[in-house]
Amino acid sequence: MAYIVDVKEPLRLKVDNLNFFYGDKKILHDINMPIPKNKVVALIGPSGCGKTTLLRCFNRMHDLYPGNRYEGNIWLFEEDGKKINILDKKIDVLKLRSKIGMVFQKPTPFPMSIFDNVAFGLRLKGIKNKTELEDRVEKALKDAALWDEVKDELHKSAYSLSGGQQQRLCIARAIAVEPEVLLLDEPTSALDPISTAKIEELIVDLKDKLTILIVTHNMQQAGRVSDYTGFMYMGKLIEFNKTKEMFISPKEKLTEKYITGRFG
Amino acid sequence: MKKILDNFYKYLTLFAAIFVILIVLGIFISLYLNSKLAIDTFGFIKFALSKVWNPSKEIYGGLPAIFGTIVSTILALLIATPIALGIGIFLSEICPQKFKNPFSTAIELLAAIPSIIYGMWALFFLAPFVSKYIAPLFGAHTTGICIFTASLVLAIMIIPYIAAIVRDAIDNVPNVLKESAYGLGANKYEVVRHVILPYTKTVILGAIILALGRALGETMAVTFVMGNVFKIPQSLFEPGTSITVKIANEFNEAYTDLYTSSLFLLGFILFIMSFAFISLAKVFILKRKIKA
Amino acid sequence: MGEKIRKIKNILFYVFTIFSAVFGLFFLFWILFTIVIKGITNFNFQVFFKDAPPPGSEDLGGLRYAIVGHFIIVGLAILIGIPIGVLAGTYLAEYGKDSKITNIIRTLSDILTSVPSIIVGLFIYAILVKPFGSFSAIAGAVALAILMIPIIVRVTDDMLSMVPKELREAAYALGAPKWIVITKVTYRAALAGILTGIALAVARIAGETAPLIFTSFNNNYFSLDLTKPMASLTMTIYQFAGSPFKNWQALAWVGAFILTIFVLALNLLGKYIAHKKAHKMR
Repeated sequence: MAYIVDVKEPLRLKVDNLNFFYGDKKILHDINMPIPKNKVVALIGPSGCGKTTLLRCFNRMHDLYPGNRYEGNIWLFEEDGKKINILDKKIDVLKLRSKIGMVFQKPTPFPMSIFDNVAFGLRLKGIKNKTELEDRVEKALKDAALWDEVKDELHKSAYSLSGGQQQRLCIARAIAVEPEVLLLDEPTSALDPISTAKIEELIVDLKDKLTILIVTHNMQQAGRVSDYTGFMYMGKLIEFNKTKEMFISPKEKLTEKYITGRFG
Repeated sequence: MKKILDNFYKYLTLFAAIFVILIVLGIFISLYLNSKLAIDTFGFIKFALSKVWNPSKEIYGGLPAIFGTIVSTILALLIATPIALGIGIFLSEICPQKFKNPFSTAIELLAAIPSIIYGMWALFFLAPFVSKYIAPLFGAHTTGICIFTASLVLAIMIIPYIAAIVRDAIDNVPNVLKESAYGLGANKYEVVRHVILPYTKTVILGAIILALGRALGETMAVTFVMGNVFKIPQSLFEPGTSITVKIANEFNEAYTDLYTSSLFLLGFILFIMSFAFISLAKVFILKRKIKA
Repeated sequence: MGEKIRKIKNILFYVFTIFSAVFGLFFLFWILFTIVIKGITNFNFQVFFKDAPPPGSEDLGGLRYAIVGHFIIVGLAILIGIPIGVLAGTYLAEYGKDSKITNIIRTLSDILTSVPSIIVGLFIYAILVKPFGSFSAIAGAVALAILMIPIIVRVTDDMLSMVPKELREAAYALGAPKWIVITKVTYRAALAGILTGIALAVARIAGETAPLIFTSFNNNYFSLDLTKPMASLTMTIYQFAGSPFKNWQALAWVGAFILTIFVLALNLLGKYIAHKKAHKMR
């Protein structure tokens, strides 16, 4: 049994009876999950529980590799009232990915300048005008709290930045195209505590503008940054609730076991 | 539009990849077609075993050239292998750290020198050297234009190839393995002999076969010093010929179709030989991958 | 007793490896020394401005025609070889990956690397010289390109395969189509490695002679006509070194000197790029 809280707020995404397979192997089992607008939703669970796999369904990252199969729906409710099914075979995946940004475990700066990194997605959208590019790069870097540190060296290689700066650069790159959703896959697991704190702060600031899903193996982090938390175990969503509720009074035995550290 | 560009790039790269297949097939087919006249006239086996090469009578046979190619290659390997092993071991196990890089670079440069330079140097310096100092050791007289000089220059050319692979292979032996042997009181020789060489032997064997392929097909380094005398030499200090030397020297002067076709047939035989050895080397390298 | 034998064996082992190293260095220095000394003593700046002298004359003459011809043939080979090699390598690493056909292409490409270069010369003679009835610079360039392609295929394949998949995913996650991901991100990430490979491949073909004998042939005069025989440094060295004329032999040494410097510089450049990259990316 799973406990899924009834969310009263307007939704950005809704996962609807999702099953996911790689080859013959069923990885995700019958997931239902509401994701409210402008909130941070954390996905927690032991390693191998499927939280990253679930996250990568939202931007159809699995499509890159052969043998993937989705069942069910993930609805994206757009600002203009339209709703689209992310898992629909017929939708333009490239366009979808520009609406749903992603940041990975390790920083992934592209081998080009800081400016070109942030401008990458903008150029893909066809923005060529130099002043517009500059404005939007600056805005993204400011939103990612990196502007002050890099404004004088925009044309230096992105590799010259520290690990924490690189990760914020990746966030800036993802939000520059103004996506509606941002997926974060353990974004601080490769970083030191100070960089981690900065990114956590940034996550909380960013939710005014977009909806954030974050996978984390760090329960304290989930507690600090998220409004809602989903606990996953063996490919199933065991419990989904307001973060505070879940950490104070988990509804499921498994959840309780996990968050009190009496697991495995 | 996006989709079209995406597919366009995919098919562009696919086309280039197919081009690689076409080249290999093209080489095989064109060599076969051009040597067909000689095969039909003499027969493949008879050609390979015949010792006669007489353009005025239009009789051609390949044995002395094939023989020269095989003998010079084997002799070159016999000289090069121990030396290259020694250099590889020296570089990774014995050479002081600060000399390792310059020495490695020097050996790699030796591999990079164009073969025509080796040939020219061999003609003006190595051949007189062999004539003056090496042949007398064996009680032989030679101008230096002989199978031995050709083999020696081939050996010098392939030493760096083998040495570089041996060095890399030894550098990749896990340290724990070496350390546990040293920990048992083994000395350097014993560690190399009983731990490092057994661990790296397939790679080394692959390297030797690759070098063999190079020596087989080498032209310019040997063309000046082989002599291009069409006979089976009775001693290593006599001149001889090889497939590549024969082709390089005579192809542009071949005045009849059968003459040209016979040279193509020599090339075809060389291609098959080197193809066989490369496939063999691949098998060894593949085996290693499966084991690992 | 056993201890003593072990010690002796160890000493012999040291002696043997050190002897091997000295043997290798000895020949390297002998060759380099010869090239440098012979090259410099015969050198005169006029070699860059004059063409081949008549045989046996007192004048050294020059190699202008051969140097220009060499650059044209090698340059043309690069123009043909690099795009095909890089694209084919891209197919293997980015599209084909580990499918059966991809592995067949990989194997064939590796075999092509080891095909004797004189065989490639025969092949091009058969398809580009015989049908058109004339040796040509183009035929020479195609022969060299064929020698270069498998090297570049291999290095492109390897270098692209080493680009972390996270980097590609990050580009896909921004909505980039595959060809943009490849051309804008993975190529750049693999650039240093590919450039190193290209430098080494160019160094290799720049020193080749055998594939040119029946393709671009040789020419003792200055020529820019791509459909006619064209001189190259290597063919000129081949012709002059084997000649009995002192001034031609002297030119051959100068040519060998120029060629060796060029080839070794390309090699060092390749190593330098690889080294710099290793430092930058850690």
